[in-house]
Amino acid sequence: MIAEFAIGDLPEFFLRFLTLSLLSIGGAMATAPEMHRYLVAERGWLGDSEFTTAIALAQAAPGPNVIFVPVLGFQVAGLPGAAAALIGILLPSTLLSLAVSRWGAKRRDTPGVRAFTAGFAPMTVSLMFCAGWVLSLPYISTPDHRVGGISLILLTVVIMSATRLGPIWLIAAGGAAGALGWV
Amino acid sequence: MTAPPGPTPADPGGARSEDVTATAAPRSLLDLFLTFSWLALQGFGGVLAVTQRELVDRKRWLTRAEFVELYSLAQMLPGANVVNLSLILGDRHFGWPGALAAVSGMLLAPTIIVLALAASYNQLAQFPAVAGALRGMGAVAAGLMIAMALKLVITLRGNVMGPFLCALFAIVTGILVAVLRLPLVWVVPSIGLLGWSVARICISRADRRVERT
Repeated sequence: MIAEFAIGDLPEFFLRFLTLSLLSIGGAMATAPEMHRYLVAERGWLGDSEFTTAIALAQAAPGPNVIFVPVLGFQVAGLPGAAAALIGILLPSTLLSLAVSRWGAKRRDTPGVRAFTAGFAPMTVSLMFCAGWVLSLPYISTPDHRVGGISLILLTVVIMSATRLGPIWLIAAGGAAGALGWV
Repeated sequence: MTAPPGPTPADPGGARSEDVTATAAPRSLLDLFLTFSWLALQGFGGVLAVTQRELVDRKRWLTRAEFVELYSLAQMLPGANVVNLSLILGDRHFGWPGALAAVSGMLLAPTIIVLALAASYNQLAQFPAVAGALRGMGAVAAGLMIAMALKLVITLRGNVMGPFLCALFAIVTGILVAVLRLPLVWVVPSIGLLGWSVARICISRADRRVERT
């Protein structure tokens, strides 16, 4: 399944992240299903578990979620891959955000701008669920980790919904449970 | 930032005057860079809450109202929300050099740390406990994502399109992306444009109703 990455693939790889950048409404994590489709299903540069590892590493490290993107790039093509992925995912959205924030500051209450917020919201929330689904897939599809994995996912959802506990404690607990071989 | 600072007509008494204008501002590009580096390094499992505490409660660069407004804008735009927020804040104080300082503050140190983790992971992964720990953290990451999505569902309650159309848009998106695995490059523009058009019609209708009463 795993395919070799050639240095000649780098321009196309960079271009894909430039495109993904403009689609990352609701955060970079909203494009996780698309990155999975591209890197795992379409090109076979990464396996399912490597993909989930990148996201887990980004969760374990401090900083914004978007740092899972350079980790994916690093796993595919080392430091050049990390740089291409990070610059690719940042550049278009950053330039667009600067332009729109300067332009939109003047016309915040117009129906067109309000319609954008309202009209995109259900899709954005749905994309978050899709990202959660993609992250759950390795646990659902491997019988060895199915019971432990799904239990931990559900437990996390319940605790996050019912308490005000910081996510760092759950991540630490998940890591401990995994290290003990429960997941 | 079109409205001049000061009490607004809706708030004539200035009862929430501490909320109307920020009392401090970043002193320099270095100040911006260091502030965002510091808050990013505290942000395990999400930077947003730390950003709010540092920028609003401690530094007072933003009022609560300004923070909500900035975040709404950042959320609407493509890109990581907290990155957009730092970008816009930096831009408003120092133009594009400020935007650059704030964004690199938010990303430089975390990226170096996470890449160091990823590089050593290949050796560390030989230990079954490390692989297990990462698997456990991955499951929690999946749960956090689902929990966040569940929480965001509540924000759709006030949506001008109403619960039925919102559910319809969400379910159709879910089927296209998670079940049929269609590329986002098709799904986002088409569903987005459709959503925008429907919301635009609903807003005109709601505005007409308000005018009639």
